[in-house]
Formats: sequence, structure tokens, C-alpha cells
Amino acid sequence: MIEVRQLYRSFGTQLVLGGVDLRIDSGESAVIIGRSGGGKSVLLKHLIGLLKPDSGEVLVDGDLITKMNERQLLRVRRKFGMVFQGAALFDSMTVAENVAFGLRRHEHLTEAEVAKRVCAALEMVDLPGTQKKKPAELSGGMRKRVGLARAIIYEPRFVLYDEPTTGLDPIVSDSIDKLIIRVRDQLKVTSVVVTHDMRSARRVGNHVFMLHNKKIYAHGAPEELFTSQDPIVRQFIDGVADTKEEIEL
Amino acid sequence: MNFLAQTWVGDWLAGLGRVAVMSRDAIASCLTFKASRRDLFYQIYFIGIKSQAVVLVTGAFTGMVLTAQTYFQFHKVKMDTATLGVVGVAMCDELGPVLTALMVAGRVGAAIAAELGTMRVTEQIDALRTLATHPIDYLVVPRLLASMIALPLLTIESIVLGIFSGYLVGSQLLGIDPVYLFYNMLKYTGDIDVIFGLIKSFVYGGIIALIGCYKGLSCNMGAEGVGRATTEAVVYSSITILITNFFLTLFLQRLYVIIS
Repeated sequence: MIEVRQLYRSFGTQLVLGGVDLRIDSGESAVIIGRSGGGKSVLLKHLIGLLKPDSGEVLVDGDLITKMNERQLLRVRRKFGMVFQGAALFDSMTVAENVAFGLRRHEHLTEAEVAKRVCAALEMVDLPGTQKKKPAELSGGMRKRVGLARAIIYEPRFVLYDEPTTGLDPIVSDSIDKLIIRVRDQLKVTSVVVTHDMRSARRVGNHVFMLHNKKIYAHGAPEELFTSQDPIVRQFIDGVADTKEEIEL
Repeated sequence: MNFLAQTWVGDWLAGLGRVAVMSRDAIASCLTFKASRRDLFYQIYFIGIKSQAVVLVTGAFTGMVLTAQTYFQFHKVKMDTATLGVVGVAMCDELGPVLTALMVAGRVGAAIAAELGTMRVTEQIDALRTLATHPIDYLVVPRLLASMIALPLLTIESIVLGIFSGYLVGSQLLGIDPVYLFYNMLKYTGDIDVIFGLIKSFVYGGIIALIGCYKGLSCNMGAEGVGRATTEAVVYSSITILITNFFLTLFLQRLYVIIS
């Protein structure tokens, strides 16, 4: 279970998170939606301790990670896998080396066992036979799949996705959504997906949190949130800019 | 103006503090052998083997020009055969370690800062952290150890080639008696000069790797940030080497006097 209590975070003089509270239960597939630049990725990075809050608490399975130093956090992070917006693959390594990275660092396996696990992870993300390719040879969608294979190879309990469908065409986005659902169902992981793709949010989430004005403005089951009559929720879901923003554009 | 000075001094002190903390973590990590042997050997190859050409050319031509200049002055007072003695001491104590370090700072310090800076802006450092890997263990320690191992070896090559090329210039080009030239070099250049040079190069190796890693890991986002980090890594490590050289020379001389 991940719990966030009264999380505040600023960058310089700009307040990005202003008292965020949320709770994600084990096995849940949570989606955090909100406007671009609204602090979704910042919130996600706090869940795994990549960023430290100005104040507030983040608890992972009851452990207060906001008070931990970097070395203590390494132990907690073994429970997590994270897929980055730009995939963040190690460009000096091949696909197989990228995917095997976590295994080689933390588990004492033979090369044959590592190769078998890499093969299984790549099969799961529908990229068999790409072991020897370099990240530069892959398309955006393939890079995200490799990022996902790298994140799930050591069977984490939580998988965090930072804008998994951003920059991808609708068909590739659809395949990534299906992949997220497949990983969730087959590996029984707790997923946290940050997105502003409403179609993706509706499909992969069973609990949607809407970040607005630096706080969780609304949350609930997808059908509940997507049928909400709250004007701010409605405006975001329908993608309607207000007059001032139209003029600014 | 006062505000600017305070901001600059504050930033400088904060940066110094962060380098100190990173150095402490890196040294602690070195002592617990968390670095992978494969990464260490690759870095020794990159820092040591790949820097040979530039270091050898620098060493050779420094030895040659130093021999020529020393000879031009010594010839006036009929001390031609002492020329290589001066070259030997200068190459072992100062020019060998300092010029090698400056050349490696330009090549390796910049490469380290650019590589780590690019990793930072493309979120690869964050990806490492999410894979439960400490960037200090995985990125800094192999580079630090490799630099501290490779630099003394490169310095030895530079010294040897500098003295040898000086010997060739003195004996073949300037017409100094080769036997006396070599004899005086051995007479005036002691083991302690070589040891001082190696201690210095070991320290400079650490400076280059730590400043390069710090600048890369803390660079600002974007291409401009990486460019600035690369430039600053070279400038700061070069300046730090030159300043450290003065104090290290005094310290080592004083230590030698106390010990002997």
C-alpha cells in the first residue's frame, strides 16, 4: 500500500504540490490525471523517493520513505519498477543488457538464467528477439516496452508509469494500454499510471485521482469520475479550454 | 552588488559542500568494494589506454623544449651536462604529473561530465535509482578508482618519455656529452622525486574524476546544461590541480624533511 499525507513540494518559488493526500491499496490500478505541468510526474517521483518533499509523508507498506536516506531507499525501491516518459534506457547498453540490469545487480543468477528471464520479459512485452538491438535502433513505442520489460523483470510489487502513451500514435498507445493491463493481471502488481490521456486512464485504471490546483481535487472509480458533473472535472475530461486560454493560444 | 557577492559565495560554498559529501560517499563505497570489476576495467581502459597518445606527445615535447631552454641558459655558465638533471627533477616533480593531469582533465574530465550529464537529462540516473542502484556505486566509484590507478601510470610514461626525448635532443641535437648528460640526470633526480610525482598524480586522478562526476550528476537540464557542465568540469579540475599542486608540493617537502 502507498499512502501520501499532506505532501508539499516547491521548485524555487513555485509551489507544485500543495498538500496532496492519496492512498493506493495493494493490487489497485491507480491513475493520476491532471493538466500538463500540474505536478503529476513530481508526485509519482515522490512515491519512489526520487524527490524529497518540502513537508509531508509518503509511506510504502507502512515504511516512511520521506525520512530515509538514499541507501535506505535502495531497499524500498526493490519493490518498485518504473517506466519513464522517455523510457530512460541506458543508451550504451543493448536491449538485453538494459532488461537484465536489475537482475545482474541484485540477484546471483547464472548467465543462462539471466538470458532466460530476459527472454521471458521481452516475450511479455511482445518484443521477442530484440536482445541485441541498441536503444537508438528502436521506435518510441518499442523503447517504452523495453522500459517496461526492465521494470518488471525482477517481479516488483509496484509498477509506476510516467506518461506511458505520450508521444505515441493511437494504435501504439492502445497496445501499451493493453500491456499495462496484461502486466497488472498476470503479475498481480499494483500499478500507478500518470497520464493526461483520458482514453488510457479510463481503460487501465480502477481508481482515478485528479490532480488540480496542486491537490487531489477528485478521486473515485473511473465510471464515477468520468460521469462527474463537477465543472472542473468535466472541463478536463471533455478537454475544453476556457476563453482566456483560447485567447492565449 | 553585496547581494550578488553573497549569492555567489553561498552557491560556491554549497557546491563545495556537495562535492565533499559526494567524495565521502564515494570513498566509503570504494572501501566496501561495491563497484563492478567489469566497469572498473572498462574505465581503466577508457581513462588509461585511450589517453596514452595525448599524454605521450605532451610528455615528449615538454621534455624536449625543457631540455632546449635549460641548455640555452646553462650553456652561458658552462653547465651543459647538468641540463638533463634539471629536466629529470622538473619532469618527475612537477611537469610530468601536472601536465599529464591537465591533459587528462581536458579529455577524461570533459567526457565524464558530458556522459553523466546526458544520463541525467535523459533520466537515466533516475532510472538507475529506481533499479535500486546507487549512482555513486555504479557511476562514480569505477571512474574514481580507474582515474587514481591510470593517472600515476600515465605520469610514469610521460616522465620516462620526457626524459628520454630530452636526452635525445641534448645528445643528438645540442651536442652535449651523452654519458655526462645521463650521469647527471641520475645524480640529481632521486627516488623521492619520482615518489612525489606519483603521489601527486594519484591525488590529481581523484580530483579529475570527482569534479567530472559532480559536474555531470548535478548539471542543469537541457543541452546547455550539459555543455556548461562539461566546460566547468575541465576548468574547475584544471584550476584545482594547479592550486593543489602548490600546497601539495609544500606539504610533501615538509613531510620529507620531518621523516628524513
